[in-house]
Amino acid sequence: MCYNLVGDIMYKVVKNECIKNDIYLLEVEAPLIVKSCLPGQFVIVMASETGEKIPLTIYKCDDRTNILSMIYQVVGASTLELSRITNELYSIVGPLGNPSELIKNVDNLKYASILFVAGGIGIAPIAPQAEYLKKHDINVDIIYGAKNKDSVILEDELKSICDKLTITTDDGSYGEKGLVTDILKMQTKKYDYCVAIGPLVMMKFVSLETKNMGIKTIVSMNPIMIDGTGMCGACRLIVGDEIKFACVDGPEFDGHKVDFDLAIERLKTYKTIEGQKYLEMLEGDTHHGGCGECNHE
Amino acid sequence: MVDVGSVIMNKVVMRSLDKDIRVNNFEEVNLGYNHEEAKLEAERCLNCPNPRCVTGCPINIQIPKFINAIKENNLELAYEIISEDNLFPGICGRVCPQEKQCESKCVKGFKGDAISIGSLERYVADEARRNNFRKAVKKDSIGKSVAVIGSGPSGLACAALLQSNGYDTTVFEAFHKAGGVLTYGIPNFRLPEDIISSEIKNLEELGVKIEYNVVVGKSITIDELKERHDAIYIATGAGLPKFMGIRNECANGVFSANEILTRINLMGAYNKNSKTPIYEAKNAIVVGGGNVAMDAARSLRRLGMNVTICYRRSRDEMPARLEEVNHAYEEGINFTYLVNPKEIIVEDNKVTGIKVVDMELIDTGESRKSVREINGSVHDISCDMVVMALGTTPNPTLLKTSKIKTKDNLIIVDGTKTSEDSIFAGGDAVTGAATVILAMEAGKKAAHEIIEYLK
Repeated sequence: MCYNLVGDIMYKVVKNECIKNDIYLLEVEAPLIVKSCLPGQFVIVMASETGEKIPLTIYKCDDRTNILSMIYQVVGASTLELSRITNELYSIVGPLGNPSELIKNVDNLKYASILFVAGGIGIAPIAPQAEYLKKHDINVDIIYGAKNKDSVILEDELKSICDKLTITTDDGSYGEKGLVTDILKMQTKKYDYCVAIGPLVMMKFVSLETKNMGIKTIVSMNPIMIDGTGMCGACRLIVGDEIKFACVDGPEFDGHKVDFDLAIERLKTYKTIEGQKYLEMLEGDTHHGGCGECNHE
Repeated sequence: MVDVGSVIMNKVVMRSLDKDIRVNNFEEVNLGYNHEEAKLEAERCLNCPNPRCVTGCPINIQIPKFINAIKENNLELAYEIISEDNLFPGICGRVCPQEKQCESKCVKGFKGDAISIGSLERYVADEARRNNFRKAVKKDSIGKSVAVIGSGPSGLACAALLQSNGYDTTVFEAFHKAGGVLTYGIPNFRLPEDIISSEIKNLEELGVKIEYNVVVGKSITIDELKERHDAIYIATGAGLPKFMGIRNECANGVFSANEILTRINLMGAYNKNSKTPIYEAKNAIVVGGGNVAMDAARSLRRLGMNVTICYRRSRDEMPARLEEVNHAYEEGINFTYLVNPKEIIVEDNKVTGIKVVDMELIDTGESRKSVREINGSVHDISCDMVVMALGTTPNPTLLKTSKIKTKDNLIIVDGTKTSEDSIFAGGDAVTGAATVILAMEAGKKAAHEIIEYLK
């Protein structure tokens, strides 16, 4: 008996392909995780034995095929390494964190209206939540902000899982022009909940706006993590007056209570070192300095 | 040459890597005895008819017997004798606090040095590994299966004993590597990775299965495990770090010792090939006085930082092993005693110092002195990194999904039985943070109780 094995190899990569620009879809056979995961939870993957532990939110899980899907963006050395994996993932652990608050309380949400606000690949974890709620006859609207036309993903799918989809791009190359908060301000409908997932800055400003609008807001935090089980404390946040661990207490928190400025600062902890590793990996042996970060003369 | 006269009173001191060399790498500090040194040390043993050392050992290894085998040059026999009680002598010989256990009872210690039992145990284990003494004898399955949760010292000890009695044992580990605290916590310079991996390989040869990347309570529930196994042993340890709750503790540059050690040991951050980064700092302060504080401080020293350990009591009260403290001193780590942090000082959310208050010892009649703050003694120490090594508590992840009775997050047991039928528990998950050897002792005890239960 083996719990995690399908066929001959552990964590078989079924798909790891670029879907737009620097955005990738990763599909892995992970029966144990698929069997127990719910929308809102995350996994931690390692591309190789020397790889970093990367937390990724779950996009989809299919218990007929045992396939777990994640969408990620290449932003540094570790995600670049991940994008180059073709056959087998070295490690994947999960599902970690708590399922989405709204999914758990779906029975109390009859006749509720829920607004999802996504920024960038934050749309990936939103899709399954929206789909789940929509299936339970809950009104679901989505505001989805992307950098430009070339970074809009999942559009057809989104149309089928919500009542109203508004896409906005920073440069206006697709959909509306402007930030998600610009669209948010224009809403006249009375929403019961707002769920915001995306870059910290975006979640911060969405939360400020919804506070004015009086909409209860849930955000999903994605700080630096190692184990994802509460062991290292790297992911600590201040929520209200308390220190919380995003991995075991979250990843969802009340957006009106999260200290976003602190979270933004904490995300910069390894910025210089990561930039250096990324450039070295991107340029391979041809990297001989000039990045301003490394020790090469 | 060792002077024979002095050998009688004084132990043969184990050679160690030169301090100026070792602060630049993560190689093992203690070099172990060679054959001549081991024999000389073994000769000092009086082979007492009522050996007190055995009573000082939590797992009662037949110490004089194995030392006698060393005297007779029969290392294979010495290894066999140790193995009857201890399946991981290479680990225990390195990390057990022998000076507080077996060696503290040695009669030679009344007038001179106690026998270096730990060093001899390590010598035997290393020779056994080098010469491949252990041949894993696979015992036929008796058709019963046990799940062990956690591959730390307690889980490994339990699994080894169960499997060698014919129970099909599967160990569940949340990380991608086995060993628990031995792997993520104790640095390579104290317990080299290959020692642990060779012990784990032995276990696998015995037939133990290890399921990596499984968080019981998340990936699978304990009830699901119950359906597939006849008994369960919970050895999930005490993995959650404590913080002080002082101002600015979430600033960049403040870490738990767990995080630092996990990055360095488990994720190999000291190695250039590793993608896991470690914070770049010049002056680090480690808060705490236990072995974990020493491990964190000595690891950061090896990464080129100036390191100061701040402890709120004095040197005499430090819980760390004497050897670790001495090694830390030799490696140039500074110690500031009788200070307690009050606040982290930050600039742009980055650590620039720490505000501490001076403490004084007070005698409360207890064996360990207590401390109190000295009024008006608050002052600043500048630094750019702070590591909190304040102890750890058990992880509630698994317990949240079960009905097992607990008190303050510690599992309540009778022997090793929990409140739930067929579920046993031991180690730090039951006692709170303790030692490797006590965790192993609990693992062995649980294996015996599980065998009894499944009869």
